Amino acid sequence: MRFVSELSKGIVKENPIFVLVLGMCPTLAVSTSVTNAIGMGMAATFVLICSNIIISMIKNVTPVKIRIPIYVVVIASFVTIVDMVMAAYVPALHKSLGLFIPLIVVNCIILGRAEAFANKNNVLNSLADAIGMGAGFTLSLVIVATIREILGAGTWLNISVMPKTYDPMLVAILAPGAFITLGFLMALINMLKERK
Amino acid sequence: MGYLGEIFVMAMTAIFIQNFVLSRFLGLCPYLGVSKKLDSAFGMGMAVIFVMTLASAITFLIRKYLLLPYGLGYLQTISFILTIAALVQFVEMVIQKNSPALYKSLGVYLPLITTNCAVLGVAILNTSQMRSDGITTYNFLDSVLNGFFSGVGFTVVLMAMAGIRERLEYSDVPKAMKGMPIALILAGIMALAFYGFMGFKL
Repeated sequence: MRFVSELSKGIVKENPIFVLVLGMCPTLAVSTSVTNAIGMGMAATFVLICSNIIISMIKNVTPVKIRIPIYVVVIASFVTIVDMVMAAYVPALHKSLGLFIPLIVVNCIILGRAEAFANKNNVLNSLADAIGMGAGFTLSLVIVATIREILGAGTWLNISVMPKTYDPMLVAILAPGAFITLGFLMALINMLKERK
Repeated sequence: MGYLGEIFVMAMTAIFIQNFVLSRFLGLCPYLGVSKKLDSAFGMGMAVIFVMTLASAITFLIRKYLLLPYGLGYLQTISFILTIAALVQFVEMVIQKNSPALYKSLGVYLPLITTNCAVLGVAILNTSQMRSDGITTYNFLDSVLNGFFSGVGFTVVLMAMAGIRERLEYSDVPKAMKGMPIALILAGIMALAFYGFMGFKL
């Protein structure tokens, strides 16, 4: 039972982006297109799952004082794996995500979950937490990317969805559009929360 | 163009045209988190400039003399982040010992910097950036200067943001927009303003 609740909390109640406001850099940077968002979400989820499992396994032998460097090394190893696998099998995606793949190391969601959850809970619950948080992260990324891609390019997953006469709002896929889209989305969520 | 011109181009690019926060999306966590008060923004900015400059220098040396000669390029991410973590810890200890006054103003921000993606970002960017001629890669001095100027760019934007947010306290913001949403929209407008610098031909 606990497994399910740990799994579902990351998606809505403790959504890493909209509620906990963690991992802003990749969210804003790679949400220019839905393809990028899914790629980034999958990569981060994979790292999150692996690192949560390992950290939860070694929690009893980790000295408290140097736990952060230990977590960072665990996370960095998995990020390197993801980096190399993506470079080999999806080079186009690897290129468009660029710098933000190695930067998964410093994504606060992953270190945050290690510190706040995995080092206190057993392996199964940590796995559930990682899957939930990863799904929440991916989902939020896709939502932001959907808005930006439709407004900014008139496409969704590279399929044209707007009428031919639509003139793309280029600003939406540039940097300012990222900030403004996320700002309005968060305001919307605040409003919905208050209604309840 | 002489070397001084090269440095000028680098500074303008790092501070205005390709600002770390507003155009590269690096270091957003402190940008949104520590920008509520002007003096704490200044403290954070100084700490970031310091660490970014040092980190650029050390990661450049590690890459050139340790990773590349021994074919260990794939260890780049791990070695860079460990170096930065160790460096931050070391700087914290040195400052604490030698200058308690500085430690008091910077101390709180130093541990936060380890997970600041701007620091790791500049270290990784330095490995691939080109000089304005598009052929030569950065040498040691270029990397250090780029680290320094990127830190300055971060600080400029962070302090501007803090200044605006201090005033925002007194304005009547719609209830749902309070806090993070309005800060993000503010950042968006600042990014729009910084896009004006894109037109510069250097």
